[in-house]
Amino acid sequence: MQPLLICHLSIVNSLGAGLAATADALRARRSGLAPCTFENVALETYAGEVAGLDALPVRADLADFDCRNNRLAQLGLQQDGFAGAVAAAQKKYGAERIGVFMGTSTSGLHQTELAYRRRDPRSGALPPDFHYAQTQNTYSLADFVQRYLGLKGPAFVVSSACSSTAKVFGNAARMIAAGVCDAAVVGGVDTLCLTTLYGFNSLGLVSRDPCRPFDVAREGISLGEGAGFALLEKATARSGDEVMLLGVGESSDAYHMSTPHPEGLGAKLAIQRALDSAGLAPQAIDYINLHGTSTKSNDASEDRAVFELFGADTPCSSTKGWTGHLLGAAGITEAIISILAIRHGFMPGSLHTQTPDPALRSNYQRDNRDARLNRVLSNSFGFGGSNCSLVLGRPS
Amino acid sequence: MRVFVEGVGVLGPGLNGWPASRAVLAGEAAYVAAPMVLKPSDLLPAAERRRTGVPVKLALAVGSEAFAHAQRDAAATASVFTSSGGDGDNLHQICETLSVAELEVSPTRFHNSVHNAAAGYWSIATHSREPSTSLCGYDASFAAGLLEASVQVAVDGRPVVLIAYDHAYPQPLHAVRPIGGNFGVALVLTPHATRQTFATLDVSLIHTQENPSVVTDTALDALRASIPAARSLPLLSALARHATEVIVLDYVAGNQLRIAVAPC
Repeated sequence: MQPLLICHLSIVNSLGAGLAATADALRARRSGLAPCTFENVALETYAGEVAGLDALPVRADLADFDCRNNRLAQLGLQQDGFAGAVAAAQKKYGAERIGVFMGTSTSGLHQTELAYRRRDPRSGALPPDFHYAQTQNTYSLADFVQRYLGLKGPAFVVSSACSSTAKVFGNAARMIAAGVCDAAVVGGVDTLCLTTLYGFNSLGLVSRDPCRPFDVAREGISLGEGAGFALLEKATARSGDEVMLLGVGESSDAYHMSTPHPEGLGAKLAIQRALDSAGLAPQAIDYINLHGTSTKSNDASEDRAVFELFGADTPCSSTKGWTGHLLGAAGITEAIISILAIRHGFMPGSLHTQTPDPALRSNYQRDNRDARLNRVLSNSFGFGGSNCSLVLGRPS
Repeated sequence: MRVFVEGVGVLGPGLNGWPASRAVLAGEAAYVAAPMVLKPSDLLPAAERRRTGVPVKLALAVGSEAFAHAQRDAAATASVFTSSGGDGDNLHQICETLSVAELEVSPTRFHNSVHNAAAGYWSIATHSREPSTSLCGYDASFAAGLLEASVQVAVDGRPVVLIAYDHAYPQPLHAVRPIGGNFGVALVLTPHATRQTFATLDVSLIHTQENPSVVTDTALDALRASIPAARSLPLLSALARHATEVIVLDYVAGNQLRIAVAPC
C-alpha cells in the first residue's frame, strides 16, 4: 500500500489523558489497573477505568449523545490539540474531504443497560430521556465524532469486536486510495459496561488478579476502557522521517466465535498480509506489540503465529498489563503505543508477568528497553475470528 | 468506482429469494406482503446453527444465495457486512437479564452480542479466511456498506460480497427504534466482467440533497422506508428491470450515494 502519514494523535485511558500520560506510565511501569469498582459490579477483578467521566458531559449542542462512550470520545478529542489539528486539516482539504472511520465494540450499550433498569413498571417502556440513535446504536460514535469536529465526509463505524480500531486504518487507506477522501480521522472508543464484564466472566476469561500476559499462570483478561484517534493523510516527499502507516493485513479465523484458532492460522495470515502490504520481510520488524490478552488460548495461539513467522528473534510484548483489554479500542491504543515506542526509542516490556510460560517460544520481553525502532507490528484479534495487523514505522 | 454485479440474494416479507422476487421487483407482478420465509441453512454445523438467531440466519441465507447465483467460491472472497442494529432479540435478552439478576449473561448470548456475529458465523460456515468487516451507518447502513465494498473492489482489485441485513427489535426497543420487519440483501461484486456478471454499478459519494430513489409499489416502498437494509430496494428494482438508470441513496452527514446502474 501507499504509506499514509500519521499527522496527529490523541489518547485517553486508565493511564491518564494525553500522549504524555501514556508514555510516562509506560516508562515508569505504572499500571492503570485497579480493583474493579465500576457500577458496584460484584466481580473480583481488576479494571482499567478512566476516572472522572461522570463529571464530563458532552458539549451542550450534542446533549442527546450524552453517554459514557461519547464522553470518553470527547475527552479523547480534547487531548493533545487533536481537534485543532483536524480543524487545520479541514481548512486545507474541506470538511467534505475528511473521512471519519471509527471503531467500537459496545458503543453506548451501557446507556441501554441503565435505561432497562428504569423501565416503566407498568408498560415496560424505556425512559423518555433514552436516546437510542445517539447512544446505543453502533453508528453513534462516528456520528458524534463527525459532529464534534464539524466534518462532512464519508463516515461509518467498524464493529468487529477487538479488531475494530485496527481495521479502521485499512478503511481509511482504501478510501484515500480510491479518492473518496483526502484525509481521515480514525480510531475509536470502548467503555466499561455490564455486558462485557459479566459476559467475559461467563466465558471464564476474566482474571482475578491484574492480567499477566504470557505468564505460565495467566488466567484471563483485565477489562479496561479508552479512546484514541489518529489523523491520517497521504505521505508526500516532504513527510521525511515521520512515523507512517506502512501496511495493513486482515483475515478471518473460520474457526470459532469466541476462541482463536489453536494453531494461530488466522493470526498468521493477518500478520503475513500486513508484511506483504508494507512490502517487508519479517526481519524488518524491530518490535511486535502483541494482542496478548492474557487468556490461555489467545497467548498460545498468537505465540504460535508469531514464532512461525519471526522465530525466537524479534522482541515482542503485550502492554495490556498497563491498560487492560480495551476491546474495540485496543487496536488504536496499541497502534499509538507502538508509535510512541518508535518516537521515543524504547520498547515496552510487560507488567505483572512473573514467570513466562515455557510453552511459548517467541522472544517475549518482560523489561522495558531503550532501542531505536524503525518498524513495529501491532496485532489485534477479536471475537468472530476477526484479525488485523498493522505495520507502523519510518518508511526507509 | 465501477463494479460488476455477479450475484444477488434477497429475503424479506413477501420476497423469497432473487428468482422468485424479480418480477415483483421489476414491477411486472403485484407485491403481496407475507411473513419472511427463512429456511434452515445447512451451511453451519447443527451445534453452531442452534446458537444463531434470525439476523445471523438471514445474513447467511442471502449470502449463500448470492454466491450460488454468482457461481463463485465464498471461501476465497472478502466480505463486507452491514447492519443498523445487529441482533436485537439478543440485545434485549442481555439487557433484561442485567436489569434484574445481573450476574448471569449466557456465554452464547455474549458472543452473539458482537456486531460482527454474522461475519463470524459466515467465516465458519464458508471456511473463508479472507478479510471481513462489519459496519454500521444507522439508517444509511446499506449505503455505507455499498460504498465500502465498492472501494474494496476498486482498490484491492478482487471480488467482495456485500451482505446487508436488519431485523425488527422486540419491545421496548421497538418503540425507540421502529424497524419495520426483517430484510436481507447480498451482492457479489467484481472488478471485471465475468461470465456471470449482468450489470455494472458506478458508485460515487456526492454532496447533494436530492430526494432519494423510491420504488413504485407503495407497500414495497413502505418496507424501503422502514428497514435500513431495504433502502437497497430501488437498486434491486433497477437490477431486476435490466434498467439503465441512476439511483440515489441517502448516506450520512447530508451526503448521498449516486449509483449509475447499467446492464452488461
